[in-house]
Amino acid sequence: MYKKGTYRIVENRPLTPNVYRMTIEGDTQWITRPGQFVNIEIEGLYLRRPISVCDYSQSDITLIYKVVGRGTEAMSRMQAGQTLDVLTGLGNGFNADIECHRPLLVGGGVGVPPLYRLAKDLIARGRKVSVVLGFNTAAEVFYADEFRALGADVYVSTADGSLGVKGFVTDAIRDKGIDFDYFYACGPLPMLRALCQACATPGELSFEERMGCGFGACMGCSCKTLTGNKRICKEGPVMKREEIIW
Amino acid sequence: MANDFDLSVDLCGVALDNPVIPASGTFGFGREHNEFYDINILGAISIKGTTREARFGNPTPRIAECRAGLINSVGLQNPGIDAVIAEELPRLRAIFHKPIIANISGFSVDEYAECCAKIDREQQVEIIEVNVSCPNVHNGGMSFGTDCKAAAEVTRAVKSVTTKPVFIKLSPNVTDIASIALACEEAGADGICLINTLLGMRIDTMRRRPVIANTMGGFSGPAIFPVAVRMVYQVASACKIPVMGCGGVECAADVIEMMMAGATAVQVGAANLKDPYACKRIIEELPHEMQRLGITRLRDIVGAVLK
Repeated sequence: MYKKGTYRIVENRPLTPNVYRMTIEGDTQWITRPGQFVNIEIEGLYLRRPISVCDYSQSDITLIYKVVGRGTEAMSRMQAGQTLDVLTGLGNGFNADIECHRPLLVGGGVGVPPLYRLAKDLIARGRKVSVVLGFNTAAEVFYADEFRALGADVYVSTADGSLGVKGFVTDAIRDKGIDFDYFYACGPLPMLRALCQACATPGELSFEERMGCGFGACMGCSCKTLTGNKRICKEGPVMKREEIIW
Repeated sequence: MANDFDLSVDLCGVALDNPVIPASGTFGFGREHNEFYDINILGAISIKGTTREARFGNPTPRIAECRAGLINSVGLQNPGIDAVIAEELPRLRAIFHKPIIANISGFSVDEYAECCAKIDREQQVEIIEVNVSCPNVHNGGMSFGTDCKAAAEVTRAVKSVTTKPVFIKLSPNVTDIASIALACEEAGADGICLINTLLGMRIDTMRRRPVIANTMGGFSGPAIFPVAVRMVYQVASACKIPVMGCGGVECAADVIEMMMAGATAVQVGAANLKDPYACKRIIEELPHEMQRLGITRLRDIVGAVLK
């Protein structure tokens, strides 16, 4: 289920030079799984902007977004106290109830945020969670400490080697010899592809696409899978690795 | 207050409680919007454009943001006529008890006729809307809707195999819309629906590439409203058959303006994507707008500027 509602911005501040964290207050009952997203109306722009949910409580939603265009740039200038028109409860989200013991969470850049709530939910289910966070450079790294505070084993990779393992997330997984029996991933397409090539473990991955409505009506964000056509916004954004056509 | 105002209209003998109809392609088969509100408030629904074969449509990205609108190049993704009849229509009928408009597309005259003949047999469908904006694969890919002869040929073929009212949905990407509409009327069309999207394009200046994978797509949204009003006016002036107006409608005032231009019913498209409640909001606003303008029966204003 998804719904439209009005939310009040509680906090909106930068975590890195172009990644921001916004907390909005309002009805969160339609968010039921980690990895779902919200779709935010932004004054002066026609289409809403889909942003993944980083975390949520009974009364607020935490969103982490990167400034990549006019929509997110407008969001970065918003102030606490402003209200937003938001669709919540969108997308299928990750399945934290999968039978596994040692899940690995792999996030690339702005693909990291939805894994935060997932890590929380998995740890609450008694799983031993490892997290690999990939960035280009040390200045872009965010949330490594927050994942550690949850009790996860956290590894960082940076493409330039300025923090953690030099290279990509797949280099960190190999170099650190991380042992896992299931994976969850969100990040750029090349990262997701490399991850699936590098390991044979079952897992699920979150995808993104330019969306029209965000709730399945317009078919703007469809993709082909081995189990039929899917709408990224509705049957996705999370897909099982075995259904993906690369 | 709503009781003091008559919103009902008659579309070729099909009675609508109000003239507001979600446009094909912006409302799927009704299920998604029904999660937000009871869709039985609508005058009718124009369902997702249907072709003979199932189609995935165009490659992604197929959506681009524009000032006051968007470009889409979905490319008629649909499960195909047989699946629409077997699965989608019954599912829609289970939640929706108002008139259903089937939207049919084709890439040849035969395909149009075959699909329309099939959908004509479906009791749930009250009106057939024929989208002639598709390319004709037998004629160099030129759109049926941009040529009087081709549009008339499709109309005749469809009319010869159907019993229900047939509306031809026209493309605005033509030099003389009235002549195309007249050709359809002369070929037997029961009504005209217009406008489909305007051909548009956006460029990602950072990547120096088109935003849309297919380079171009259909532009819709409030930016096209004045173009739609103009074309509805031109067609309503030229033709005797009723017109469904479509293009950039966002509020009750737009509905009334479109009706004054000559539309008997009004379709709402892009607005359904931005605001899932758009049609409900517009229907609820209509009595207020009618009161403001001194209108008691909405159907009285159809073509007000033509008189």
